[in-house]
Amino acid sequence: MLKTPIYLDNNATTPMDPRVLEAMLPYFTEKFGNAASRNHPFGWVAEEGVDYAREQVAKLIGATEKEIIFTSGATESDNLAIKGVYEMYKDKGNHIITLTTEHKAVLDACKHLEKLGANITYLDVESDGLVDLNKLEAAMTDQTILVAIMYANNEIGVIQPVKEISAIAHKYGALYFTDAVQAVGKIPVDVIADGIDLLALSAHKMYGPKGVGALYVRRKNPRVKVTSQMDGGGHERGMRSGTLNVPGIVGLGKACELCYNEMAEEAVRLSALRDKLESSLTVLEESYVNGNANHRLPHTANISFKYVEGEGLMMAMKDMAVSSGSACTSASLEPSYVLKSLGLSDDLAHSSIRFGLGRFSTEEEVDFAIENTMKAVNHLRELSPLWEMFKEGIDLDSIEWAEH
Amino acid sequence: MAYSDKVIDHYSNPRNVGTLDKSKKSVGTGLVGAPECGDVMRLQIEVDENHMITDAKFKTFGCGSAIASSSLATEWLKGKSIDDALTIDNMDIVEELALPPVKIHCSVLAEDAIKSAINDYRVKNGMEAIELEKSHH
Repeated sequence: MLKTPIYLDNNATTPMDPRVLEAMLPYFTEKFGNAASRNHPFGWVAEEGVDYAREQVAKLIGATEKEIIFTSGATESDNLAIKGVYEMYKDKGNHIITLTTEHKAVLDACKHLEKLGANITYLDVESDGLVDLNKLEAAMTDQTILVAIMYANNEIGVIQPVKEISAIAHKYGALYFTDAVQAVGKIPVDVIADGIDLLALSAHKMYGPKGVGALYVRRKNPRVKVTSQMDGGGHERGMRSGTLNVPGIVGLGKACELCYNEMAEEAVRLSALRDKLESSLTVLEESYVNGNANHRLPHTANISFKYVEGEGLMMAMKDMAVSSGSACTSASLEPSYVLKSLGLSDDLAHSSIRFGLGRFSTEEEVDFAIENTMKAVNHLRELSPLWEMFKEGIDLDSIEWAEH
Repeated sequence: MAYSDKVIDHYSNPRNVGTLDKSKKSVGTGLVGAPECGDVMRLQIEVDENHMITDAKFKTFGCGSAIASSSLATEWLKGKSIDDALTIDNMDIVEELALPPVKIHCSVLAEDAIKSAINDYRVKNGMEAIELEKSHH
Protein backbone atom coordinates (compact mmCIF):
# COMPACT_ATOMS: atom_id res chain seq x y z
CA MET A 1 0.00 0.00 0.00
CA LEU A 2 1.39 3.35 -1.03
CA LYS A 3 1.85 5.77 1.83
CA THR A 4 1.08 9.39 0.93
CA PRO A 5 2.22 12.09 0.71
CA ILE A 6 5.25 10.82 -1.14
CA TYR A 7 8.55 12.65 -0.83
CA LEU A 8 10.32 13.58 -4.07
CA ASP A 9 12.30 16.57 -2.87
CA ASN A 10 15.53 14.84 -1.89
CA ASN A 11 17.67 17.67 -3.26
CA ALA A 12 16.24 19.88 -0.54
CA THR A 13 16.84 17.43 2.25
CA THR A 14 16.77 13.69 2.81
CA PRO A 15 15.17 11.65 5.54
CA MET A 16 17.73 10.28 7.97
CA ASP A 17 18.66 6.65 7.50
CA PRO A 18 17.61 4.70 10.63
CA ARG A 19 21.13 3.20 10.76
CA VAL A 20 22.52 6.73 11.12
CA LEU A 21 20.17 7.50 13.97
CA GLU A 22 21.19 4.29 15.70
CA ALA A 23 24.86 5.24 15.48
CA MET A 24 24.14 8.70 16.91
CA LEU A 25 21.93 7.82 19.86
CA PRO A 26 24.58 6.81 22.42
CA TYR A 27 26.34 10.15 21.87
CA PHE A 28 23.38 12.09 23.24
CA THR A 29 23.29 10.22 26.54
CA GLU A 30 25.97 7.90 27.89
CA LYS A 31 28.71 9.14 25.52
CA PHE A 32 27.91 12.80 26.07
CA GLY A 33 31.47 14.03 26.70
CA ASN A 34 33.15 17.06 25.21
CA ALA A 35 35.53 15.83 22.54
CA ALA A 36 37.99 18.51 23.65
CA SER A 37 38.14 17.19 27.26
CA ARG A 38 41.53 15.58 27.18
CA ASN A 39 41.76 14.56 30.83
CA HIS A 40 39.01 12.02 31.42
CA PRO A 41 37.36 9.06 29.75
CA PHE A 42 34.17 10.98 28.90
CA GLY A 43 36.17 13.23 26.62
CA TRP A 44 38.18 10.36 25.18
CA VAL A 45 35.07 8.39 24.23
CA ALA A 46 33.58 11.41 22.47
CA GLU A 47 36.87 12.10 20.73
CA GLU A 48 37.06 8.50 19.55
CA GLY A 49 33.62 8.89 17.96
CA VAL A 50 34.72 12.07 16.23
CA ASP A 51 37.99 10.54 15.03
CA TYR A 52 36.19 7.57 13.56
CA ALA A 53 33.71 9.86 11.80
CA ARG A 54 36.59 11.87 10.38
CA GLU A 55 37.95 8.68 8.82
CA GLN A 56 34.53 7.77 7.40
CA VAL A 57 34.09 11.20 5.81
CA ALA A 58 37.65 11.26 4.47
CA LYS A 59 37.28 7.82 2.92
CA LEU A 60 34.17 8.81 0.96
CA ILE A 61 35.97 11.65 -0.83
CA GLY A 62 39.47 10.18 -1.04
CA ALA A 63 40.98 12.51 1.57
CA THR A 64 42.92 11.92 4.77
CA GLU A 65 41.27 12.46 8.14
CA LYS A 66 43.40 15.49 9.04
CA GLU A 67 41.94 17.31 6.06
CA ILE A 68 38.36 17.23 7.36
CA ILE A 69 37.04 20.28 9.28
CA PHE A 70 33.64 19.75 10.85
CA THR A 71 31.17 22.62 10.55
CA SER A 72 27.48 23.33 11.12
CA GLY A 73 26.65 22.55 7.50
CA ALA A 74 27.43 23.44 3.93
CA THR A 75 26.50 27.10 4.23
CA GLU A 76 29.17 27.50 6.89
CA SER A 77 31.63 25.42 4.86
CA ASP A 78 31.02 27.61 1.79
CA ASN A 79 31.56 30.76 3.84
CA LEU A 80 34.67 29.41 5.54
CA ALA A 81 36.20 28.31 2.24
CA ILE A 82 35.56 31.50 0.31
CA LYS A 83 36.06 34.12 2.99
CA GLY A 84 38.85 32.09 4.63
CA VAL A 85 40.80 31.73 1.39
CA TYR A 86 40.31 35.40 0.55
CA GLU A 87 41.60 36.54 3.92
CA MET A 88 44.53 34.14 3.83
CA TYR A 89 45.63 34.82 0.24
CA LYS A 90 44.49 38.36 -0.54
CA ASP A 91 48.08 39.61 -0.63
CA LYS A 92 48.60 37.28 -3.56
CA GLY A 93 45.57 38.53 -5.49
CA ASN A 94 41.98 39.62 -5.07
CA HIS A 95 40.23 37.85 -7.93
CA ILE A 96 37.71 35.01 -7.49
CA ILE A 97 35.80 33.25 -10.28
CA THR A 98 32.45 31.60 -9.67
CA LEU A 99 29.24 30.76 -11.58
CA THR A 100 25.89 32.52 -11.74
CA THR A 101 24.24 29.15 -10.96
CA GLU A 102 26.01 28.62 -7.63
CA HIS A 103 24.12 28.21 -4.38
CA LYS A 104 23.28 31.47 -2.60
CA ALA A 105 25.75 30.62 0.17
CA VAL A 106 28.56 30.88 -2.40
CA LEU A 107 27.15 33.86 -4.28
CA ASP A 108 26.42 35.86 -1.15
CA ALA A 109 29.81 35.09 0.39
CA CYS A 110 31.36 36.42 -2.83
CA LYS A 111 29.15 39.51 -2.71
CA HIS A 112 30.29 40.11 0.85
CA LEU A 113 33.93 39.98 -0.28
CA GLU A 114 33.23 42.42 -3.11
CA LYS A 115 32.46 45.01 -0.46
CA LEU A 116 35.87 44.31 1.08
CA GLY A 117 37.69 44.88 -2.19
CA ALA A 118 37.53 41.50 -3.90
CA ASN A 119 37.06 41.35 -7.64
CA ILE A 120 34.55 38.61 -8.47
CA THR A 121 33.78 37.19 -11.90
CA TYR A 122 30.36 35.54 -12.14
CA LEU A 123 30.56 33.31 -15.20
CA ASP A 124 27.40 32.45 -17.09
CA VAL A 125 26.80 28.81 -17.93
CA GLU A 126 25.82 27.38 -21.29
CA SER A 127 22.21 26.48 -22.08
CA ASP A 128 22.80 22.94 -20.74
CA GLY A 129 23.99 24.30 -17.39
CA LEU A 130 27.68 23.47 -17.87
CA VAL A 131 30.54 25.95 -17.68
CA ASP A 132 32.40 26.67 -20.91
CA LEU A 133 36.02 25.83 -20.09
CA ASN A 134 37.34 28.30 -22.65
CA LYS A 135 35.41 31.08 -20.99
CA LEU A 136 36.75 29.98 -17.62
CA GLU A 137 40.32 30.03 -18.88
CA ALA A 138 39.79 33.41 -20.52
CA ALA A 139 38.61 34.81 -17.19
CA MET A 140 41.73 33.68 -15.28
CA THR A 141 44.25 36.40 -14.42
CA ASP A 142 47.45 36.56 -12.42
CA GLN A 143 45.30 38.00 -9.63
CA THR A 144 43.00 34.96 -9.49
CA ILE A 145 43.35 33.20 -6.14
CA LEU A 146 40.25 31.01 -6.16
CA VAL A 147 37.90 29.28 -8.56
CA ALA A 148 34.62 28.40 -6.80
CA ILE A 149 32.53 26.11 -8.99
CA MET A 150 30.03 23.63 -7.65
CA TYR A 151 30.30 19.92 -8.31
CA ALA A 152 26.64 19.35 -9.16
CA ASN A 153 23.80 21.83 -9.33
CA ASN A 154 21.01 21.66 -6.79
CA GLU A 155 18.18 22.62 -9.15
CA ILE A 156 18.99 20.79 -12.36
CA GLY A 157 21.57 18.25 -11.19
CA VAL A 158 24.15 18.90 -13.92
CA ILE A 159 27.68 17.81 -13.03
CA GLN A 160 30.44 20.26 -13.90
CA PRO A 161 33.71 19.04 -15.48
CA VAL A 162 35.61 19.36 -12.20
CA LYS A 163 38.86 17.71 -13.35
CA GLU A 164 39.19 20.17 -16.22
CA ILE A 165 38.18 23.08 -14.02
CA SER A 166 40.78 22.27 -11.37
CA ALA A 167 43.46 21.88 -14.05
CA ILE A 168 42.74 25.36 -15.36
CA ALA A 169 42.70 26.84 -11.84
CA HIS A 170 46.04 25.24 -10.99
CA LYS A 171 47.62 26.26 -14.29
CA TYR A 172 47.13 29.87 -13.18
CA GLY A 173 48.18 29.27 -9.60
CA ALA A 174 44.68 29.51 -8.15
CA LEU A 175 42.99 27.17 -5.69
CA TYR A 176 39.89 25.21 -6.60
CA PHE A 177 36.95 25.09 -4.19
CA THR A 178 33.83 23.09 -4.94
CA ASP A 179 30.46 23.07 -3.21
CA ALA A 180 29.82 19.34 -3.54
CA VAL A 181 26.72 19.12 -1.38
CA GLN A 182 24.59 17.50 -4.07
CA ALA A 183 27.32 15.20 -5.38
CA VAL A 184 29.01 13.64 -2.35
CA GLY A 185 27.38 10.36 -1.48
CA LYS A 186 25.55 10.20 -4.80
CA ILE A 187 28.38 9.87 -7.30
CA PRO A 188 32.10 9.08 -6.87
CA VAL A 189 33.99 12.16 -5.70
CA ASP A 190 37.76 11.93 -5.25
CA VAL A 191 39.62 15.04 -4.17
CA ILE A 192 42.94 13.72 -5.50
CA ALA A 193 41.74 12.55 -8.91
CA ASP A 194 39.51 15.62 -9.26
CA GLY A 195 42.23 18.06 -8.18
CA ILE A 196 40.07 19.66 -5.50
CA ASP A 197 41.70 21.92 -2.89
CA LEU A 198 38.62 22.68 -0.80
CA LEU A 199 35.25 20.93 -0.77
CA ALA A 200 32.01 21.57 1.11
CA LEU A 201 29.61 18.79 2.05
CA SER A 202 26.51 18.43 4.18
CA ALA A 203 25.08 15.51 6.19
CA HIS A 204 21.38 16.10 5.63
CA LYS A 205 21.61 15.77 1.86
CA MET A 206 22.92 12.21 2.25
CA TYR A 207 20.59 10.68 4.82
CA GLY A 208 22.39 12.17 7.82
CA PRO A 209 21.25 14.75 10.37
CA LYS A 210 20.71 18.46 9.78
CA GLY A 211 23.07 20.98 11.31
CA VAL A 212 26.36 19.28 10.51
CA GLY A 213 28.69 19.33 7.54
CA ALA A 214 32.36 19.47 6.71
CA LEU A 215 34.96 21.36 4.77
CA TYR A 216 37.80 19.44 3.17
CA VAL A 217 41.00 21.48 3.22
CA ARG A 218 43.94 20.00 1.32
CA ARG A 219 47.12 19.43 3.37
CA LYS A 220 49.60 18.46 0.64
CA ASN A 221 50.41 19.68 -2.88
CA PRO A 222 49.61 22.38 -2.01
CA ARG A 223 49.06 22.85 1.71
CA VAL A 224 45.97 25.04 1.83
CA LYS A 225 45.10 27.32 4.72
CA VAL A 226 41.98 29.27 5.50
CA THR A 227 41.55 32.04 8.03
CA SER A 228 39.02 30.97 10.62
CA GLN A 229 35.69 32.77 10.55
CA MET A 230 34.73 31.66 14.05
CA ASP A 231 37.18 32.52 16.81
CA GLY A 232 37.41 30.74 20.12
CA GLY A 233 38.97 27.62 21.54
CA GLY A 234 40.98 26.75 18.45
CA HIS A 235 39.14 23.54 17.58
CA GLU A 236 39.53 21.87 14.19
CA ARG A 237 43.19 22.83 13.83
CA GLY A 238 42.31 26.44 14.52
CA MET A 239 40.11 26.76 11.46
CA ARG A 240 36.75 26.39 13.19
CA SER A 241 36.34 27.00 16.90
CA GLY A 242 33.35 25.75 18.81
CA THR A 243 32.58 22.62 20.83
CA LEU A 244 32.14 19.78 18.40
CA ASN A 245 28.62 18.54 17.67
CA VAL A 246 29.59 14.99 18.53
CA PRO A 247 26.29 13.19 17.81
CA GLY A 248 25.90 15.11 14.56
CA ILE A 249 29.47 14.36 13.52
CA VAL A 250 29.03 10.67 14.33
CA GLY A 251 25.88 10.74 12.20
CA LEU A 252 27.67 12.43 9.32
CA GLY A 253 30.38 9.77 9.52
CA LYS A 254 27.88 6.93 9.48
CA ALA A 255 25.98 8.55 6.59
CA CYS A 256 29.24 8.75 4.62
CA GLU A 257 30.06 5.11 5.33
CA LEU A 258 26.63 3.99 4.11
CA CYS A 259 26.97 6.07 0.94
CA TYR A 260 30.45 4.68 0.34
CA ASN A 261 29.11 1.14 0.52
CA GLU A 262 25.83 1.63 -1.27
CA MET A 263 25.94 4.56 -3.67
CA ALA A 264 27.05 2.64 -6.76
CA GLU A 265 24.08 0.31 -6.57
CA GLU A 266 21.77 3.10 -5.49
CA ALA A 267 22.76 5.28 -8.46
CA VAL A 268 21.88 2.50 -10.92
CA ARG A 269 18.49 1.99 -9.32
CA LEU A 270 17.67 5.70 -9.05
CA SER A 271 18.76 6.63 -12.54
CA ALA A 272 16.50 3.90 -13.93
CA LEU A 273 13.59 5.34 -11.94
CA ARG A 274 14.51 8.88 -12.95
CA ASP A 275 14.63 7.86 -16.62
CA LYS A 276 11.24 6.22 -16.31
CA LEU A 277 9.81 9.36 -14.73
CA GLU A 278 11.34 11.60 -17.36
CA SER A 279 10.44 9.56 -20.42
CA SER A 280 6.87 9.13 -19.18
CA LEU A 281 6.36 12.81 -18.44
CA THR A 282 7.94 14.14 -21.61
CA VAL A 283 5.25 12.29 -23.53
CA LEU A 284 3.19 15.33 -22.59
CA GLU A 285 3.25 17.94 -25.33
CA GLU A 286 5.46 20.98 -24.75
CA SER A 287 7.43 19.52 -21.87
CA TYR A 288 11.17 20.01 -21.68
CA VAL A 289 13.96 18.52 -19.56
CA ASN A 290 16.27 21.23 -18.21
CA GLY A 291 20.02 20.72 -18.02
CA ASN A 292 22.54 18.51 -19.77
CA ALA A 293 21.12 14.99 -20.07
CA ASN A 294 24.47 13.17 -19.97
CA HIS A 295 26.37 14.96 -17.21
CA ARG A 296 23.87 14.79 -14.47
CA LEU A 297 23.11 13.34 -11.03
CA PRO A 298 21.31 10.01 -11.15
CA HIS A 299 18.38 11.06 -8.98
CA THR A 300 17.38 14.53 -10.18
CA ALA A 301 14.99 15.56 -12.96
CA ASN A 302 13.93 19.11 -13.74
CA ILE A 303 11.12 19.45 -16.24
CA SER A 304 9.26 22.50 -17.58
CA PHE A 305 5.63 22.01 -18.53
CA LYS A 306 4.92 24.94 -20.80
CA TYR A 307 1.74 26.99 -20.33
CA VAL A 308 1.19 25.94 -16.71
CA GLU A 309 2.61 27.75 -13.72
CA GLY A 310 4.78 25.76 -11.33
CA GLU A 311 3.25 26.69 -8.03
CA GLY A 312 -0.27 26.15 -9.30
CA LEU A 313 0.93 22.83 -10.67
CA MET A 314 2.44 21.73 -7.36
CA MET A 315 -0.87 22.45 -5.71
CA ALA A 316 -2.57 20.12 -8.18
CA MET A 317 0.04 17.39 -7.70
CA LYS A 318 -1.70 16.25 -4.56
CA ASP A 319 -0.01 14.00 -2.06
CA MET A 320 3.47 14.53 -3.40
CA ALA A 321 6.29 16.85 -2.39
CA VAL A 322 8.40 18.37 -5.17
CA SER A 323 9.78 21.84 -5.76
CA SER A 324 9.40 24.45 -8.48
CA GLY A 325 11.51 27.13 -10.12
CA SER A 326 8.50 29.35 -9.91
CA ALA A 327 8.92 31.87 -7.14
CA CYS A 328 5.35 32.95 -6.82
CA THR A 329 5.67 32.88 -3.06
CA SER A 330 8.83 34.93 -2.82
CA ALA A 331 8.54 38.65 -2.40
CA SER A 332 10.47 39.31 -5.60
CA LEU A 333 8.22 37.11 -7.76
CA GLU A 334 11.36 36.27 -9.71
CA PRO A 335 11.61 32.76 -11.08
CA SER A 336 14.67 30.57 -10.47
CA TYR A 337 17.93 32.39 -11.22
CA VAL A 338 19.51 29.05 -12.07
CA LEU A 339 17.01 28.31 -14.82
CA LYS A 340 17.27 31.88 -16.08
CA SER A 341 21.05 31.44 -16.28
CA LEU A 342 20.47 28.60 -18.73
CA GLY A 343 18.77 31.14 -20.94
CA LEU A 344 15.32 29.75 -20.19
CA SER A 345 12.61 32.32 -20.75
CA ASP A 346 10.83 33.44 -17.60
CA ASP A 347 7.64 31.64 -18.53
CA LEU A 348 9.47 28.31 -18.88
CA ALA A 349 11.26 28.92 -15.59
CA HIS A 350 7.91 29.58 -13.93
CA SER A 351 6.69 26.27 -15.37
CA SER A 352 9.42 24.04 -13.99
CA ILE A 353 9.21 21.22 -11.47
CA ARG A 354 12.17 19.51 -9.80
CA PHE A 355 11.77 15.84 -8.93
CA GLY A 356 14.41 14.61 -6.47
CA LEU A 357 14.49 10.86 -5.92
CA GLY A 358 16.25 9.31 -2.97
CA ARG A 359 17.32 6.16 -1.15
CA PHE A 360 13.79 5.46 0.03
CA SER A 361 11.98 6.19 -3.25
CA THR A 362 10.19 3.20 -4.73
CA GLU A 363 8.98 2.35 -8.21
CA GLU A 364 5.43 2.44 -6.89
CA GLU A 365 5.98 6.04 -5.81
CA VAL A 366 7.42 6.97 -9.19
CA ASP A 367 4.41 5.45 -10.95
CA PHE A 368 2.15 7.43 -8.65
CA ALA A 369 4.12 10.59 -9.40
CA ILE A 370 3.87 10.06 -13.15
CA GLU A 371 0.11 9.55 -13.10
CA ASN A 372 -0.47 12.39 -10.68
CA THR A 373 1.72 14.85 -12.57
CA MET A 374 0.14 14.07 -15.92
CA LYS A 375 -3.31 14.56 -14.47
CA ALA A 376 -2.28 17.85 -12.89
CA VAL A 377 -0.66 19.22 -16.04
CA ASN A 378 -3.66 18.32 -18.15
CA HIS A 379 -6.06 19.81 -15.60
CA LEU A 380 -4.16 23.09 -15.42
CA ARG A 381 -3.83 23.34 -19.17
CA GLU A 382 -7.61 23.14 -19.37
CA LEU A 383 -7.59 26.24 -17.16
CA SER A 384 -4.77 28.00 -18.99
CA PRO A 385 -5.54 30.79 -21.45
CA LEU A 386 -1.99 30.41 -22.79
CA TRP A 387 -2.55 26.76 -23.62
CA GLU A 388 -5.76 27.68 -25.45
CA MET A 389 -3.93 30.34 -27.44
CA PHE A 390 -1.11 27.93 -28.23
CA LYS A 391 -3.65 25.38 -29.44
CA GLU A 392 -5.27 28.04 -31.63
CA GLY A 393 -1.88 28.76 -33.17
CA ILE A 394 -1.55 32.23 -31.67
CA ASP A 395 2.06 33.34 -31.26
CA LEU A 396 2.27 34.41 -27.61
CA ASP A 397 5.26 36.60 -28.37
CA SER A 398 3.10 38.67 -30.71
CA ILE A 399 0.90 39.77 -27.80
CA GLU A 400 1.70 42.93 -25.93
CA TRP A 401 1.52 41.75 -22.34
CA ALA A 402 0.97 44.25 -19.60
CA GLU A 403 3.97 43.65 -17.33
CA HIS A 404 2.91 44.07 -13.77
CA MET B 1 2.68 28.26 3.51
CA ALA B 2 -0.73 26.65 3.72
CA TYR B 3 -3.61 27.73 1.53
CA SER B 4 -6.96 28.76 2.99
CA ASP B 5 -9.89 26.38 2.61
CA LYS B 6 -11.60 28.81 0.26
CA VAL B 7 -8.57 29.00 -2.05
CA ILE B 8 -8.38 25.22 -2.09
CA ASP B 9 -12.11 24.97 -2.80
CA HIS B 10 -11.97 27.37 -5.77
CA TYR B 11 -8.74 25.83 -6.99
CA SER B 12 -10.03 22.27 -6.82
CA ASN B 13 -13.51 23.06 -8.17
CA PRO B 14 -13.02 26.18 -10.23
CA ARG B 15 -16.30 27.85 -11.18
CA ASN B 16 -17.05 29.06 -14.69
CA VAL B 17 -13.97 27.85 -16.52
CA GLY B 18 -14.28 28.39 -20.21
CA THR B 19 -14.41 30.64 -23.21
CA LEU B 20 -17.08 32.98 -24.57
CA ASP B 21 -17.18 34.08 -28.19
CA LYS B 22 -15.13 37.23 -28.06
CA SER B 23 -16.34 38.35 -31.48
CA LYS B 24 -19.87 38.83 -30.11
CA LYS B 25 -20.83 42.39 -29.34
CA SER B 26 -22.38 41.31 -26.06
CA VAL B 27 -19.11 39.78 -24.80
CA GLY B 28 -16.37 41.74 -23.08
CA THR B 29 -12.91 40.19 -22.72
CA GLY B 30 -10.11 41.17 -20.36
CA LEU B 31 -6.65 39.63 -20.73
CA VAL B 32 -4.21 40.81 -18.08
CA GLY B 33 -0.82 39.83 -16.66
CA ALA B 34 2.15 38.41 -18.50
CA PRO B 35 3.63 34.92 -18.91
CA GLU B 36 7.03 36.22 -17.73
CA CYS B 37 5.46 37.23 -14.43
CA GLY B 38 3.87 33.83 -13.96
CA ASP B 39 0.29 35.14 -14.07
CA VAL B 40 -2.09 35.59 -16.98
CA MET B 41 -5.85 35.94 -16.46
CA ARG B 42 -8.50 36.00 -19.11
CA LEU B 43 -11.92 37.00 -17.86
CA GLN B 44 -14.99 37.29 -20.07
CA ILE B 45 -18.47 38.60 -19.42
CA GLU B 46 -21.67 38.30 -21.42
CA VAL B 47 -23.96 41.29 -20.96
CA ASP B 48 -27.67 41.69 -21.82
CA GLU B 49 -29.43 44.77 -23.20
CA ASN B 50 -30.01 46.09 -19.67
CA HIS B 51 -26.26 46.01 -19.00
CA MET B 52 -26.66 43.06 -16.66
CA ILE B 53 -23.96 40.42 -16.63
CA THR B 54 -25.62 37.12 -17.50
CA ASP B 55 -22.55 34.95 -17.79
CA ALA B 56 -18.86 35.06 -16.87
CA LYS B 57 -16.00 32.73 -17.76
CA PHE B 58 -12.32 32.62 -17.00
CA LYS B 59 -9.07 30.89 -17.78
CA THR B 60 -5.96 31.58 -15.72
CA PHE B 61 -2.27 30.69 -15.94
CA GLY B 62 -0.91 31.15 -12.46
CA CYS B 63 -0.64 29.91 -8.92
CA GLY B 64 -3.50 28.54 -6.87
CA SER B 65 -4.39 31.96 -5.48
CA ALA B 66 -4.57 33.48 -8.96
CA ILE B 67 -6.87 30.71 -10.13
CA ALA B 68 -9.05 31.06 -7.03
CA SER B 69 -9.20 34.87 -7.38
CA SER B 70 -10.45 34.67 -10.94
CA SER B 71 -12.87 31.86 -10.16
CA LEU B 72 -14.33 33.93 -7.33
CA ALA B 73 -14.52 37.00 -9.57
CA THR B 74 -16.69 35.15 -12.11
CA GLU B 75 -19.06 34.10 -9.34
CA TRP B 76 -19.41 37.66 -8.11
CA LEU B 77 -19.87 39.10 -11.59
CA LYS B 78 -22.88 37.04 -12.59
CA GLY B 79 -26.10 38.91 -12.00
CA LYS B 80 -24.44 42.27 -11.41
CA SER B 81 -24.87 45.31 -13.65
CA ILE B 82 -21.67 46.45 -15.33
CA ASP B 83 -21.70 49.54 -13.11
CA ASP B 84 -22.03 47.51 -9.92
CA ALA B 85 -19.31 45.16 -11.11
CA LEU B 86 -16.90 48.08 -11.16
CA THR B 87 -17.23 48.39 -7.40
CA ILE B 88 -15.58 45.00 -6.81
CA ASP B 89 -12.33 45.83 -5.05
CA ASN B 90 -9.29 43.62 -4.89
CA MET B 91 -9.34 43.81 -1.10
CA ASP B 92 -12.79 42.16 -1.10
CA ILE B 93 -11.16 39.20 -2.84
CA VAL B 94 -8.24 39.21 -0.40
CA GLU B 95 -10.68 39.09 2.48
CA GLU B 96 -12.98 36.45 1.04
CA LEU B 97 -10.09 34.10 0.15
CA ALA B 98 -7.90 35.03 3.15
CA LEU B 99 -4.96 35.68 0.85
CA PRO B 100 -1.60 36.31 2.54
CA PRO B 101 0.34 39.50 1.70
CA VAL B 102 2.53 37.80 -0.93
CA LYS B 103 -0.61 36.85 -2.85
CA ILE B 104 -2.30 40.25 -2.90
CA HIS B 105 -1.07 40.78 -6.45
CA CYS B 106 -3.34 37.89 -7.54
CA SER B 107 -6.39 39.82 -6.34
CA VAL B 108 -5.13 42.99 -8.01
CA LEU B 109 -4.86 41.11 -11.25
CA ALA B 110 -8.43 39.82 -10.87
CA GLU B 111 -9.70 43.37 -10.31
CA ASP B 112 -7.79 44.53 -13.38
CA ALA B 113 -9.29 41.68 -15.40
CA ILE B 114 -12.83 42.66 -14.35
CA LYS B 115 -12.29 46.30 -15.33
CA SER B 116 -10.59 45.40 -18.54
CA ALA B 117 -13.46 43.07 -19.55
CA ILE B 118 -16.04 45.75 -18.75
CA ASN B 119 -14.11 48.31 -20.76
CA ASP B 120 -13.88 45.98 -23.72
CA TYR B 121 -17.66 45.59 -23.59
CA ARG B 122 -18.23 49.35 -23.19
CA VAL B 123 -16.02 50.30 -26.12
CA LYS B 124 -17.60 47.63 -28.32
CA ASN B 125 -21.02 49.10 -27.54
CA GLY B 126 -20.21 52.73 -28.12
CA MET B 127 -19.63 53.73 -24.52
CA GLU B 128 -16.59 55.53 -23.22
CA ALA B 129 -13.90 53.44 -21.54
CA ILE B 130 -13.57 53.92 -17.81
CA GLU B 131 -10.26 55.32 -16.74
CA LEU B 132 -8.38 52.55 -14.96
CA GLU B 133 -6.37 53.61 -11.99
CA LYS B 134 -2.88 52.24 -12.41
CA SER B 135 -2.55 51.10 -8.86
CA HIS B 136 -0.72 48.62 -6.70
CA HIS B 137 1.77 47.35 -9.26
